[in-house]
Amino acid sequence: MAPSDLDRPGCDDVAALRVEGLEKSFGNYPVLRGVTLTAHRHEVIGILGSSGSGKSTLLRCLNLLELPNRGRMWVLGERLKLREAVNGRGGAILDRRQIQRVRASLGMVFQSFNLWPHRTILENVAEGPTHVLRQSRREAIGVAEQYLAQVGLADRRHHYPHQLSGGQQQRAGIARALAMEPAVLLFDEPTSALDPELTGEVLKVIRSLAEEGRTMLLVTHELAFAREVSTRAAFMHDGKIEEEGPSRQLFLEPASERLRRFLQSHY
Amino acid sequence: MNGFAIQFLHGLCMTVLVAAISGVLGTAVGLAGAASKLSAYRIPMWLAEVYTTVIRGVPELLVILLIYFGGTAAITFAIGRYVEISALSAGVIALTVIFGAYSTEIFRGAILSIPRGQWEAASSIGLKSWQIWLLVILPQMVRVALPAFCNLWISLLKDTALISVVGLTDIMRVAFVGAGSMRAPLTFYLAASALYLLLTSVSLLAFRRLEQHIAVPGQLR
Repeated sequence: MAPSDLDRPGCDDVAALRVEGLEKSFGNYPVLRGVTLTAHRHEVIGILGSSGSGKSTLLRCLNLLELPNRGRMWVLGERLKLREAVNGRGGAILDRRQIQRVRASLGMVFQSFNLWPHRTILENVAEGPTHVLRQSRREAIGVAEQYLAQVGLADRRHHYPHQLSGGQQQRAGIARALAMEPAVLLFDEPTSALDPELTGEVLKVIRSLAEEGRTMLLVTHELAFAREVSTRAAFMHDGKIEEEGPSRQLFLEPASERLRRFLQSHY
Repeated sequence: MNGFAIQFLHGLCMTVLVAAISGVLGTAVGLAGAASKLSAYRIPMWLAEVYTTVIRGVPELLVILLIYFGGTAAITFAIGRYVEISALSAGVIALTVIFGAYSTEIFRGAILSIPRGQWEAASSIGLKSWQIWLLVILPQMVRVALPAFCNLWISLLKDTALISVVGLTDIMRVAFVGAGSMRAPLTFYLAASALYLLLTSVSLLAFRRLEQHIAVPGQLR
């Protein structure tokens, strides 16, 4: 049976997110060389790998901030309509509305927060519910306040991003993603831009989301944390997934020599 | 001199009118120009490039004369009999074209100053392109562009004086005629200078207030 049949909505096990044979190159330089990955509901997948292994690019391809050259993608069983790259022409989005709808269900948390500096954090978080989910102003503010409270920023909601610490900004970034009620949360090195003493508060929030059973993909250099929160882990090397499996197994009994060396040097 | 007070008042109104219309239309042209220059499509990009290169490369006075005489020639050709383009429309068109070319570059620079992540964050929550422009890019762009835009507005106010060469009765024209007929050039030119200075000072004050009004609270610039 073809994967497209397996993942059709209505089947018992519709993956939250699935990619097959994902390829991406920048110019002539291949960054992803055929990545296949499935995130089932309630899974937390830690994506590991050294710099340049393609893990951030993979995450950015998943919500199409980068257009893949080749490969198939499904979100909640829905196949994304993409054109493959041919003869120097890059890949393209064939159905912009579909992509906008799908993006709204994939929450992204960025390394550099990317909060909108001209808006209070309450407005930052309420923007999506207001303009994408078309909630009333009051409803959207309610949702925003609820999620800001969840990440511990209720008392800072009327502050502007530049008035907050990095850790607080990142927590606001997480609240902004949560307010869209996404099916999958994508974390792109969420603590890499933070001072060590601020990473703890962000990791605590991510851990609580994992405990809620949210589906998450987590690209991180915090290996101890990845091991602790993720149910599965994938180790990327040179644009491919070198090894993948239950988190515990990957960390305790790495099969490949490369992963073994990676764990020894980083962990 | 007393008889000229009312003339100067008319001239002042004309100057403000021409500047205001060209300022508004030129801003629209500038936004379109900046969007074209930054677009992924080649043809609008090239057209915008040619437009700003030509207009910024030719003296303002020549642009006004070319549009006045060129416009008259074009309308005459189209209708088949001699029709002169009005000084007001020629002036407004010329100043719009000039203002548009310079503001294209101001807006382009301001848009480029906004980090890529701002766009990415907006599209990652599913905002449409026009929503991203309206909610995320324009408000941030305005804050960056405002000081340079104020500069451009001031020079537009003063450039209106050039339109008097095609016969529009603005402040400059009134001063020129008055200086000749009353044989008191210094008095009239000083009066005209005072009026321009008044307009530019009020503008500067207004822009200062606007800048304070839209500043993000507590942010150091």
